[in-house]
Amino acid sequence: MVKTLAQKIIAKACGQASVDCGDVVTARVDLAMLHDSGGPRRVKPILERLGVPVWDPEKVVVVTDHFVPALDDDTQAIQMLTREWVAAQGVRAFYDQLGICHVVVPERGHLRPGMFVVGGDSHSPTGGAFGAYMFGIGATEMAGVLAIGEIWLKVPETILIEWTGQLAAQVTAKDIMLFLCGRFGMDGGQYQAVQFAGEAIAALSMQERMTLANMTAEFGGQTGLIAPDKVTRDYLAAAGAPIDDDDMAIWQTDPDAQLLAHHVFNAGDLQPQVAAPHSPANAVDVSACEPTTVDVAYIGACTGAKLDDLRMAASVLKGRRLAPGVELLVAPASRRDQETAETEGVMAVFKKAGARILPTACGICAGYGEERLAEDAVCISSTARNFRGRMGAASSNVYLGSPYTVAASAVAGRIADPREIMAEPSTS
Amino acid sequence: MTTTGRAWVFGDDIDTDVLAPGQYMKGPVEELAKHCLETVDPLFARSVQSGDVLVAGRNFGVGSSREQAVQALRLLGISAVVARSFAGIFYRNAISLGLPVFVSADVGHVKPGETVTMDSDAATLTLHKTSQTIECEPLPSFLLDMIRDGGLVPHLEKKLKGGKPTA
Repeated sequence: MVKTLAQKIIAKACGQASVDCGDVVTARVDLAMLHDSGGPRRVKPILERLGVPVWDPEKVVVVTDHFVPALDDDTQAIQMLTREWVAAQGVRAFYDQLGICHVVVPERGHLRPGMFVVGGDSHSPTGGAFGAYMFGIGATEMAGVLAIGEIWLKVPETILIEWTGQLAAQVTAKDIMLFLCGRFGMDGGQYQAVQFAGEAIAALSMQERMTLANMTAEFGGQTGLIAPDKVTRDYLAAAGAPIDDDDMAIWQTDPDAQLLAHHVFNAGDLQPQVAAPHSPANAVDVSACEPTTVDVAYIGACTGAKLDDLRMAASVLKGRRLAPGVELLVAPASRRDQETAETEGVMAVFKKAGARILPTACGICAGYGEERLAEDAVCISSTARNFRGRMGAASSNVYLGSPYTVAASAVAGRIADPREIMAEPSTS
Repeated sequence: MTTTGRAWVFGDDIDTDVLAPGQYMKGPVEELAKHCLETVDPLFARSVQSGDVLVAGRNFGVGSSREQAVQALRLLGISAVVARSFAGIFYRNAISLGLPVFVSADVGHVKPGETVTMDSDAATLTLHKTSQTIECEPLPSFLLDMIRDGGLVPHLEKKLKGGKPTA
């Protein structure tokens, strides 16, 4: 019987030959990812109450990224607790202040096609880019997984979103996701499995695919899947998690599998998108965005500060200066990506343009730290969410765009189309 | 399980940053709860009473996986949330923490401040003033059992300690 990729992964995790959409099942977890906010500090007391250790320390990965840097007593105590818990439970995969979990975990080879993975963070669908069924859960459910190694779920239907043709220059995965949020709303995914396919998706780099899967959270899907192909295989080989032809063949949606919906878009028609405050669903073509001067431009987060994102922003900023009065903040998503960006001269471009480099962490996107948007500040951001007050004062206004659009707006001093800014001569 | 209280009515897309603002995440949830929903209703946290029911539009709880969004509502005394639809992670978190959550297409009938009774077993919300009963989609029985146990942790305690598992 023909099945979707989501059904195949869940069937394997349930130890069944097949599962039907709508079935409520209990699945074994292949990997549980925790971070410092919803992780050890929250699950430790629950496991103590239940009187059990972690079911399998080899299937747990912990990353500190939210309370980073830990600048006060409270956050330092959280980091200490995290380190002590990881050691006490025998968890070997621990990445302490090396970047954001959604980027660090795949870069270290923990994700592979066909895995059933839970993450203690809403952007966990990012792992779907590798053909893993990965989704976000809260701390109590995570404690339950850590106690017994399994979790319930309703087998989802699949919404297939196909992008034919090729994206134009300076149009990105981020623009695709903002467009989809604008078109279908933040509940467009109906908490089902979303799968991305088509020529334009096949042409995307692995990190661009991660941006698609990542923002499935904003689109309202449980996960955002991309079936493995050569791009996946090459990335995983470099990350130390090689896959073979069988993995590639198995972890696909069968051609005639039943879908909840199948949407087809022409990638060549897509324009750079900007989402106005206070929802990603307020997305419009950048040309239709009302004239808006900006105070802050932010390149950050798992959504918008991976190596590819940094490269995009730098390609706009090279030989250009920030508009007077605009502050450009750059918080690379992982230490490894930052180091590569240093080697490539990408970080030098930011510094020369006048950007301020922030710690490699969730930073302003999560709204946890000292850095916050001021009252009435207008920000254009490469992050995923522009909810009221998330990144700072309730009176601040956040617009979302691709790294190209954020960088172009920093140069123009207003929300700008990157193609327009890049058409102007630079000094190099 | 029935609870009676006043209805607090909110619109669509009430997000987790509004329910549990990031700047209070490092501290105790008791402190965070004082700021629950303050950007959309500054009076909510100080006026809400035990037993009150929160009624909302589409996609309630959209955003983060932080379950402080649920804990804050529970601490403030909210006894159930009835919404046109829920964001998936919030919905799961609510059940895991023992907060009854129900989907109903008829939430538009509920007026702010009116007295209502939520019957979790029957999946109905009764509006006292008009005696109107709003039907909600029933929860699958094993999730209702989890809520009855008080959430996932007591539910697992029962299971791990050899009591009769309810799922």
